[in-house]
Amino acid sequence: MSPDPHHYDISFDELEEVISLVKNIYEFDFDGYSRASLKRRMSRIMQLKRINLYDLRSLLVNSSSFFDEFLLEITVNVTEMFRDPGFYRALREKVLPYLSSYPKIKTWNAGCSTGEELYSFAILMAEENLYDRSFLYGTDINSKVIEFAKRGVYSLKNMKQYSENYIALGTSHTLADYYVAKYDAASIQHQLKKNTLFSVHNLVSDGVFNEFQIVSCRNVLIYFNTELQNKVIELFYDSLCPLGFLCLGSKESLRNEKMAKKFKVIDKVEHIYQKIA
Amino acid sequence: MLELNRDIAERIKLVKVILLGCSAGGFQLTFELLSKLPSGFPLPVIVIIHRSPKYKSAVEDILNDKGNLPVRLAMDKEKMVKGIIYFAPPDYHLLIEPNGELTLDYSEPVHYCRPSIDISFESFSDVYTKDVLAILLSGANEDGAEGMDYVSRAGGITVVQDPDSAEVKIMPEAAISRTNIDLILKDQEIFELMDAITNLKSHIS
Repeated sequence: MSPDPHHYDISFDELEEVISLVKNIYEFDFDGYSRASLKRRMSRIMQLKRINLYDLRSLLVNSSSFFDEFLLEITVNVTEMFRDPGFYRALREKVLPYLSSYPKIKTWNAGCSTGEELYSFAILMAEENLYDRSFLYGTDINSKVIEFAKRGVYSLKNMKQYSENYIALGTSHTLADYYVAKYDAASIQHQLKKNTLFSVHNLVSDGVFNEFQIVSCRNVLIYFNTELQNKVIELFYDSLCPLGFLCLGSKESLRNEKMAKKFKVIDKVEHIYQKIA
Repeated sequence: MLELNRDIAERIKLVKVILLGCSAGGFQLTFELLSKLPSGFPLPVIVIIHRSPKYKSAVEDILNDKGNLPVRLAMDKEKMVKGIIYFAPPDYHLLIEPNGELTLDYSEPVHYCRPSIDISFESFSDVYTKDVLAILLSGANEDGAEGMDYVSRAGGITVVQDPDSAEVKIMPEAAISRTNIDLILKDQEIFELMDAITNLKSHIS
């Protein structure tokens, strides 16, 4: 008999209970997260683990190792190298030339997940001869993905797919120039990792930790409600140097008027903005 | 002529959103159905079609020109309103918040599909329960079958294109074999259903 999928379902009311449970025990605040997305992620964990709501609550209360897994599953960690080649082209053509006179170019990749985007930035910096002056910070709420990002080892199968993105960007290199393949794994070259730093940072509860020339946060804000989106954009604003650049995902934009006034649109399609006020 | 029984007609009066999913072989019919909806159509329409994010698609623009309703790619945290046709953007899943705002989601593809029909149908069903009318047309994979089942369990109205009139039967057949579908309709009858919805909803609003 196949299990009833609704057995693993969670109502919006029950979801609120779990959110406050997690907040009370672990001090992770998901209050500003999209309920539609959270509900789906939680049903998914319940299905994967074959646990009902009662089990979910008791595991959360009793097992901090379960919480680590839970945290990993309720946040979306899907990412690619050079996702949206048009974005990287705009970065190369409209942002990096501007920053090329800077003695230091600090980039913050917020919500970096397993690191693919940060290493894409690193490659772009290297190709524009800016890597030696670059510092690339990747942060995520999840310590597990941060460990993964630090290792910088990806499956060769994925790399082949990322290669297509990279080729679409139009460069004289191949992506294979930047990794070492061993069996079915591709490991990012050491030279590309030396100016990178990955650490845990929670956009909901942690503040400004440095001043950056570029803040890139792509496909993260969509998991937040409008209020939290605005709050996080303020955090990015405060983290940017004057005339620094903010990069958002292809479906994310500065819709809050107060904030929009403080930025200039650099690329409307790729959602790149520059702090002007 | 399509004849709706009284139960279905009464349920249609309560519907708050129309969901439409299709894939291979279903685009033409989707296009014609949407372009014939009258201006001031009393419901929002959510459209989930499978298409490659690599090629820019002009279907929304053409529909905007040819049809009577405004057509747009759904934007994140935009309030859903009646009389507008929203397409799920390529490469994102489309969900709905309990407060009626649309949400985009970049989680794993389902049945190799992003947007996934299952995911959207389930999300809208979570929020609008029985007040959903979901339509599934031609397609070459089984995305949508689970979503239709979910809609049906929540008491929503399920409509599937008759596999005999679908260009590719796999998607409608998968839904029919899984769920007791309310209406299995030939193309012409789907047009008539849309007219019936317009009339039924207009009389009460």
